Amino acid sequence: MSIRHALLALLSEGPKYGLRLREEFEAGTGEVWPLNIGQVYTTLQRLERDGLIESDDEDEQDSPQKRFRITAEGERELADWLRTPPDMSSPPRDELVIKVLVALLVPGTDVREVIQAHRRYLVELMQQWTRIKDADAGRDLALGLAVDAELFRLDAVVRWLDAADGRIKRAAVEPPRAARDDLPRLKRKTGVTR
Amino acid sequence: MSMLELRKVSKVYGLGATEVRALQDVTLEVAPGSMVAVMGPSGSGKSTLLTIAGSLEEPTSGQVLVAGHDLATMSRNDKARLRRRSIGYVFQDFNLLPGLTAAENVALPLELDGVSARKAREAGLRALTDLGLADRASNYPDQLSGGERQRVAIARAVVGDRHLLLADEPSGALDSENGEAVMRMIHTACKRGVAAVVVTHDAQLASWADRVVFIRDGRIVDQTMPVPGPESLLGQDR
Repeated sequence: MSIRHALLALLSEGPKYGLRLREEFEAGTGEVWPLNIGQVYTTLQRLERDGLIESDDEDEQDSPQKRFRITAEGERELADWLRTPPDMSSPPRDELVIKVLVALLVPGTDVREVIQAHRRYLVELMQQWTRIKDADAGRDLALGLAVDAELFRLDAVVRWLDAADGRIKRAAVEPPRAARDDLPRLKRKTGVTR
Repeated sequence: MSMLELRKVSKVYGLGATEVRALQDVTLEVAPGSMVAVMGPSGSGKSTLLTIAGSLEEPTSGQVLVAGHDLATMSRNDKARLRRRSIGYVFQDFNLLPGLTAAENVALPLELDGVSARKAREAGLRALTDLGLADRASNYPDQLSGGERQRVAIARAVVGDRHLLLADEPSGALDSENGEAVMRMIHTACKRGVAAVVVTHDAQLASWADRVVFIRDGRIVDQTMPVPGPESLLGQDR
């Protein structure tokens, strides 16, 4: 979570005092991501230094009563940031994938039972998120969006486990043929580099 | 008392070389007011579990109890009455009658059971209102969206005194928003005391359940632990 850009976003609605920014910052993130509030003030100082925001009062340094407003440069920075895709290439090591691949190598291991242990844990996490969504009943839009993001992310992992389960079951019946030499080997990382 | 109880239920189709063990020693209890999701890949036996729980099919061995009544000791007529009065079914393809309004569709099972048309209609409207569909009561199925049709089908499944709701991939053909609306509605019905068994392969839908059981090759292999409160995920460092 970029505190810098979240603060710019809050200031794009109009000038605000430090204290109010802090409150809105906590509320606006749907309380899903724990944040260090101390960083809010240091980030405001840096934004001012970089000319992305400016304050009314030059005398009272760092006062929570200081009022900030976004500059034209700050608005450009915010618009650019919103439209720049974050790095979505695959992580160098996905621990869950590695555990399943390693399980295949360990003699006497029921890989499908290993898969089920992870599947159950993920579904339990999803149940907890769904309880939060249910309790909120659509009142907090930011919370709803953040919870959906978690649910879709966990769901994708469960679906990968389901697919892996099916593949392993089929492989036990009809062992995979030997790998062809003319195909490029899968490297450590399969993600797209940017 | 459990609303539904399966004790060591097995189901075998075919004989000898063609024998298929669809269910093996399945034991499951569903209390009033709770939703259990049954998750598993296709061919794992989850739909067979549902048809046996709903007395649409008989187990090869084991016992099925609905509201404490052992299905094996009931006559055909008693079972038919139980199906009409206590059990509601929801399928993937809604099964609403096109010539009837939403309210008439919901009232139909009661009318077929001999309840007067007026009383059935009142109960139908009540079920639609309880589940937030009062404004759709006089619409015909082709005037409803897919999500609304499935919600009407759920109202029909719980109309009157039906306390056991059995749903097979109830949001299979719906997008995620409508799928969620359907699950919310089943959840609401459960808060009113209905016991529900929802069969699905979709983890997001299953996560609405109080308990998720995992079925594989006809056996229940695992289940989730009770869900802790939201504080376990929110505000971890405050």
